[in-house]
Amino acid sequence: MPTLKEYAKEKVHFSGGHRLCAGCAAGSMARQVTMAFNKPTVVCNATGCLEVASTIYPFTAWEVPWLHVAFENTSAVASGVEAAYNAMRRKGMIKDEHIDIVAFGGDGGTFDIGLQSLSGALERGHDFLYICYDNGAYMNTGIQRSSGTPFAANTTTSPAGSVVPGKGQFKKPLVDIVVAHRIPFVATAVPAEPKDLIEKVRQGLDVEGPAFIHVDASCTRGQRFDPSLSIEITRLAVQTCIQPLYRVIDGEYTMDRPSLRIASDPSKKKPIDEYLRAQGRFRHLYKPEQRDDLITLFQEDIDKRWEEIKAKCGV
Amino acid sequence: MPDVLPTDVSDEEFKKWVTEKWGYKKLPMAGSTPAGTAKFFRTGDWAAKQPRLIVENCTSCYKCYFYCPDSAITMVAGEDGKAHPEFDMFYCKGCGVCAYECPGRKGEKAIIMEDLK
Amino acid sequence: MSKIAVTGDDAIAQAAKLVNPDVVAAYPITPQTIIVERFSDFVADGEVDTEFVCVESEHSAMSACIGASTAGGRVFTSSASAGLMLMYEILQIASSSRTPIVCAIANRAISGPINIHGEQTDQLLFRDSGWISQFAETNQEAYDQTIMAFKIGEHPEVLLPVAVGIDGFILSHAIEGVEPVTRELVSDFLGGERKSILRLDPDNPVSIGLLHLQDYYMEARAQVRDAQQRSKQIIIDTFKDWQKLTGREYNPIESYQMDDAEYAFVTMGSGAGNARTAIDELRANGEKVGLIKVRVYRPWFGNEFSTLTKNIKGIISVERAHSFGSPGGILGQDVKSTLFDSKQTPYMAEYCYGLGGRDCLVKEWTEIYNRSIQGFNEGENLPYFWWGVRE
Ligand SMILES: Cc1ncc(C[n+]2csc(CCOP(=O)(O)OP(=O)(O)O)c2C)c(N)n1
Ligand code: SF4
Ligand code: SF4
Ligand code: SF4
Ligand SMILES: [Mg+2]
Repeated sequence: MPTLKEYAKEKVHFSGGHRLCAGCAAGSMARQVTMAFNKPTVVCNATGCLEVASTIYPFTAWEVPWLHVAFENTSAVASGVEAAYNAMRRKGMIKDEHIDIVAFGGDGGTFDIGLQSLSGALERGHDFLYICYDNGAYMNTGIQRSSGTPFAANTTTSPAGSVVPGKGQFKKPLVDIVVAHRIPFVATAVPAEPKDLIEKVRQGLDVEGPAFIHVDASCTRGQRFDPSLSIEITRLAVQTCIQPLYRVIDGEYTMDRPSLRIASDPSKKKPIDEYLRAQGRFRHLYKPEQRDDLITLFQEDIDKRWEEIKAKCGV
Repeated sequence: MPDVLPTDVSDEEFKKWVTEKWGYKKLPMAGSTPAGTAKFFRTGDWAAKQPRLIVENCTSCYKCYFYCPDSAITMVAGEDGKAHPEFDMFYCKGCGVCAYECPGRKGEKAIIMEDLK
Repeated sequence: MSKIAVTGDDAIAQAAKLVNPDVVAAYPITPQTIIVERFSDFVADGEVDTEFVCVESEHSAMSACIGASTAGGRVFTSSASAGLMLMYEILQIASSSRTPIVCAIANRAISGPINIHGEQTDQLLFRDSGWISQFAETNQEAYDQTIMAFKIGEHPEVLLPVAVGIDGFILSHAIEGVEPVTRELVSDFLGGERKSILRLDPDNPVSIGLLHLQDYYMEARAQVRDAQQRSKQIIIDTFKDWQKLTGREYNPIESYQMDDAEYAFVTMGSGAGNARTAIDELRANGEKVGLIKVRVYRPWFGNEFSTLTKNIKGIISVERAHSFGSPGGILGQDVKSTLFDSKQTPYMAEYCYGLGGRDCLVKEWTEIYNRSIQGFNEGENLPYFWWGVRE
């Protein structure tokens, strides 16, 4: 596997001049993802911050062919693209070369409105890589909750009020749902771990059939923290085990280095408190009074999932 | 050029397209645009701060390069022959990610953020 | 070639087979199901080398079609009613993406209440979407128009999606004789060996489907508007080309007994058959009545329409569709606004009929005629009327 520095030689196919907020982790992620492209590649993008901010007409940050159709259908769009290339290649209408297809969707476009189209495409077995960049809410429309929003988070449709303390449900276990489709490659990633992320994108592109990567990509505006902290927040997500890093290849779970370190030395596992305190969306858990009841609930849920994933990875 | 894709629009032509605000008879079809044109869009004027390199503290770890969300960093060989970040203020939004993430040398950061006047 | 006896759905599937699309992405819905099933047979038996994407919904069907067409493929799909409603959002994007998808529609009433029978409202509801929208009266027409739709949509001056509608069950499930054509004929007609219009080309990267703000959105829409206008000539030319090859004549606006007519029915789709029989009977009684059949609904062929209505005293617009709260029918509104420009505006009577597949017999067409003429003779336009509904 190449070193991080070696990956720096790879071309980035996502230019500057996009209009994601200063410090938007989706920008770091997009750059890192495109560094993994090493074959002709096309990108399909669901509506959302990444799409909107990277392609305000007539400016586009994408240096590879890029297509946006709508919010909830990127997997179906990618299915059609793949089918057409296959047919045209078979009929000798285009060069006989493989074209990688990458689809991007936010948590809203993946966990919620796009879940059906994703499930359909995974079941049909199209050869494409789906990357869900999860910033924990519908950010582009103004921070509304999604089923990917973490427990207790304050969003504009799960506001922390005097009676209801933010979102009442835990995050939907999307990765488990995707794994249940028995596709050849599933992984989790964060932009704080670029080498791990780029490697996974390469692997996901190289397998035949559908691949899926869930990227925790923080949002300075919606999760409310200083822009300089955007990478740190995704690192904290790994360190607190809210986003364990692992891959599932043909059903086999393997835990990746950053999480493995925590698994082998539990003292390295940070309490969720650190993750929560760092973000304004959880401020109501500390002010006007500290809600230890909710923080404990949150911690218990994470611990339970962490044990589950450790068991699956055999660590 | 209706009904064609903008596959051979030169940079010069694209700049004209933007400054002259072309009408629909001249614009390519299907709301399409040549790849990578955002490179002409200045986001540097969003910044309130700018990063400054303290080259002695830079260990060429490349972290800033991978983390910058805005392609505002290129790694360029310095006098010591090692790669160090160069900041492109045309794009840099002054987010401070590079400075925050920079491990520097012995606890001394190689990037600091300074107010932009 | 000798005729084959096929249902309307089957005729369309056979036509699509001859075209041999690169991608078909479709989802079953009565009364369109036979199209999808038949086409699946062709794939299973190797009669086509199409990628059949058996999607999980109509929304995904149209989305996959746009992806496939943008990638450069020739694309076919089919739907009806609720399926079209589910696609509705994406139908608009098919035209703005300039993807020449052909969609056959077995027109069906829309819920609620749920009903599976023939009605054209489903197709009329996306009249403003930029799609070229046509209706067929017979299975032969459905067959021919499906093939022609590819040539029209894919024409470089058009590049728009095309819908061809047949009345659900009335045509979709009714067996009629259809004179088939050969694969070679279709291939020649469509321009021989097809070069792909690769739009997502890694060698020539572009971005498609960007956010257009106030500064460019109207320009993007104006391109679709112009493509629709340009398609008129292409439609006429394509119909002529087909006639040269097959001897079968097609016009965007068709007429029957209009030369000396004083009154005219206007309708679309299979209803034209009973209208013609009623006209024959009325003419036998000395009534000067004719028929204007709208084959191509979008783009609207206003000039061709008004040429036929120059000397008409009264128009009776009869449509198997409805629009709640509107001043009249859906087709009726186009008819009225076209007549508004004419020097001598004829009287107008508008009828909604046959919703949810309800029959309208020849004698009812005659009754509709008599009722309308009575009003016209009293010097009145007739208010929009739902024919055959019980009070
Ligand atoms: C069918 C449809 N419903 C709603 C919207 C409005 N909408 C656009 S983006 C978006 C939220 C996107 O959220 P997510 O997928 O999480 O991406 P993010 O903006 O957070 O990056 C919504 C609700 C839409 N464009 N289309
Ligand atoms: S709102 Fe959040 S996700 Fe959207 S551009 Fe800003 S930081 Fe990025
Ligand atoms: S992060 Fe700091 S130490 Fe590493 S390359 Fe950048 S400036 Fe140098
Ligand atoms: S301040 Fe932000 S945008 Fe500027 S170079 Fe550093 S990371 Fe990039
Ligand atoms: Mg989101």
